[in-house]
Amino acid sequence: MGTSPTLNTTSLSGIPFETFYDERDIEGFDYQAKLGDPGTFPFTRGIHGDMYRGRLWTMRQFAGFGTASDTNARFRYLLSQGQTGLSVAFDMPTLMGFDSDHPSSLGEVGKCGVAVDSIEDMDELFAEIPVGEVSTSMTINCTAPIVFAMYLALAKRRGVPLSSLKGTLQNDMLKEFIAQKEWIYPIEPSLKLTIDIVEFCTNHVPLWNTISISGYHIREAGSTAVQELAFTLSDGLEYVKRAIGRGLGVDQFAGRYSFFFNAHIDFFEEIAKYRAARRVWAREMKERYGVKDERSLWMRFHTQTAGCSLTAQQPHNNIVRTAIEALAAVLGGTQSLHTNSLDETYALPTEFAATLALRTQQVLAYETGVPSTGDPLGGSYFIESLTDEIEGRAMDYIRRIDEYGGMVPAIEAGFPQKEIQEAACLYQNELNQGKRTVVGVNAFASDEDESIPLLRVGRKQQEEQIRKVRELRARRSNAAAQKGLDALKRAAEQGENLIPALVLAVESLATLGEVAKALQDVYGKYREVSYI
Amino acid sequence: MEKKVRLLIGKVGLDGHDRGVKIVARALRDAGFEVIYTGLHQTPEAIVNMAIQEGVDAIGLSILSGAHLELFERVLHLLKEKGATIPVFGGGIIPPEDIVALKKMGVKEAFTPGALTDQIVKWIEDNIVPQSL
Repeated sequence: MGTSPTLNTTSLSGIPFETFYDERDIEGFDYQAKLGDPGTFPFTRGIHGDMYRGRLWTMRQFAGFGTASDTNARFRYLLSQGQTGLSVAFDMPTLMGFDSDHPSSLGEVGKCGVAVDSIEDMDELFAEIPVGEVSTSMTINCTAPIVFAMYLALAKRRGVPLSSLKGTLQNDMLKEFIAQKEWIYPIEPSLKLTIDIVEFCTNHVPLWNTISISGYHIREAGSTAVQELAFTLSDGLEYVKRAIGRGLGVDQFAGRYSFFFNAHIDFFEEIAKYRAARRVWAREMKERYGVKDERSLWMRFHTQTAGCSLTAQQPHNNIVRTAIEALAAVLGGTQSLHTNSLDETYALPTEFAATLALRTQQVLAYETGVPSTGDPLGGSYFIESLTDEIEGRAMDYIRRIDEYGGMVPAIEAGFPQKEIQEAACLYQNELNQGKRTVVGVNAFASDEDESIPLLRVGRKQQEEQIRKVRELRARRSNAAAQKGLDALKRAAEQGENLIPALVLAVESLATLGEVAKALQDVYGKYREVSYI
Repeated sequence: MEKKVRLLIGKVGLDGHDRGVKIVARALRDAGFEVIYTGLHQTPEAIVNMAIQEGVDAIGLSILSGAHLELFERVLHLLKEKGATIPVFGGGIIPPEDIVALKKMGVKEAFTPGALTDQIVKWIEDNIVPQSL
C-alpha cells in the first residue's frame, strides 16, 4: 500500500482534467442552443423553469425484505418519517419468476427484498397504505407484467380506479440483457411484454411511468459514465421505436418513459452526465421521432447513489461518499433520489442506517440552500466543457449502436456487455496498481475492526413464506387457477396484449411462479453466452 | 513440469451480479491459473457436477443476494455426499459473522467488496495445491 495516494487527474470515464478551464474551452458557446433557460429546449439546465422551488425531488428509499408484512411495516415507518414515495425491492425468486417453495429459491426468500408469491402477498404489502394516493415504484423487470397485474388486481379489489394509480415500473429488459442479468424469456418476447405494459398503461393507467430506462445497473456492472449515458439512451430510443411500432403515437406514451441513473463518486463528471443526458434525449426525440408535446422531450429521472462505490472496509466512510453523490444528483437536477445506507456492502440496511440515508437527503434539501437555484453550475467553463465532452463521447457510442441496427443486434453481438466488462477490469487494475485511490481500501487502510450492527433476515421468515404459498395452493380452487393459466397461454400464443389475461390469472390465485412458467412454456428461455 | 492449479469459478443461485466474479476469474487466469467460469444462475447440483467432471482443485463461488449460508451449505453437502474433497471459497455481500459461520461449515475463505484481486490471487497461491495426477 502506497504512502502517498494518487490524486485523480482523469475522470472515471478516462476524460483528462485540465488544471483550470477558461473561455477557450467553450469557444463559440451558444447559450440558447447549448443550454436555454431551465424548462426550455434543450433542457440541459433542467426540465422545469422553477426547478426545485416548484417541486422538490421525491425522496424515495428502496426497501423490501422478508415477508410482505415485514416490508409493510418498514414502508409505514418510512412514510411516517417524511419519505414521499414508496419503492419496492423484491427478493430474487420474485424477480426471477420462482415461487418461494421452488428448489431454485433455496436461501433466497426474503433476502434481498420482499417475497411476493400471489395477490394475497401484494395485498399484505400495501396493508393500510392507500394505493390510490401514494406513488409506488417497483423495481422489477422480467416478472414486471405479473407483479403489475397483481397491483392492478389489488386496486380493483379495493375499488380504486386504475386511472388514479401513480407509480413506476422498472420494466427495462434491455439493461437486464446488458448488465443486471435477470431474465426468463428470450429478448423478443421479453420486449413484447415490456411494450404490452406501455400500451396498457397508455390506454388505462395514464399516470403510470411505464418504463424506468436504467443506467444504474449498467454503471454498477462496471461501465463508465459515458457508457452508462450512451447505452441507456440507446435503450430508450429502442423502446420508443417499439411502442411506435405497436401503433401508439409518440406523444401518447413518451412522456411516461422515465430514466434512472447512478450517482457515482466522480463529482463533476456525474453532474455533467445528467446535463448531457437531458440535452441528448431532447434533441434525439425531436430529430428522430418528430415529437410535438414538450413533455415527450423531458428526460425525467430518478437517481441512486452508487452501491459499487461503497466499501466493506471502514463502512462509516460510506456515509460521506453517499452524501457527496447525492449532492451531485441534486446539482444535476434529478427528480427523485435514493441514498444508499452505510451497511449495504454487508447486508440490507438496518432501520437506523436507512433513516440516516434519508436524513442525508433532508439535510441536503432543507439546510444547504442547494435546491433554491436551478442548475447552479451552468456556465462554469469546466462544467460546460465536460458536458460537451461527455455528450460527444456518448454520441459516438450511440452511433455505433445505430450501426449495429439498434440495441437488440448490439446486445446479440455482445457489444455493450464487452465494453462494460473491459471498463470494469480496467478500473480494477487501476485500483490494484494504486493508480486510483479508494480510501480505506488501497490507501489509509486500517487494521482496526470497525464492526457495525446488521439486519438479519432469518430462516423463520423463509419458512413462513413457504408455508403461506403452500397453504394458498391447498385452499384455492385449482381448477380456477388452471383456467386462468390456460387462458393466459392462449393469449400469449395469439400475440395479444397480455395484461388483461395476467390480471385474470392472478385474480384466480395462480402464483407468480405458475404464471411465469406458463409464459415460459410459450416463449422459451434466454441463454447467455458468457466469457471472461 | 509443475501442474497448473485448475479452478471452477461460478455463480450459484439467482442473482445476476457478475461484475465481481468475472473480474476475479480474469485476474486468476491472468495470474496463470486455469479457470473455468460457469456462467450465471447455476444450481448447487450443477456446480458440484461440473467441479467433479472437470477435476478442479478448488471451487470459488460468488453470491450477492444474501443466500450464501444456504447455498454454500448445500454445495458442501453435495460434495461430501459424492465423496469429493474439493476446497470451496467464495465472495459477495457477506456479513462478518456469516464469514465465521461459513468457515465453521467448511468454506475455506470468503472475500467481500473492496477485496483486491491481488489478495485473492495470493490466497489461492498460498492455500490451493494441484491435486496429484
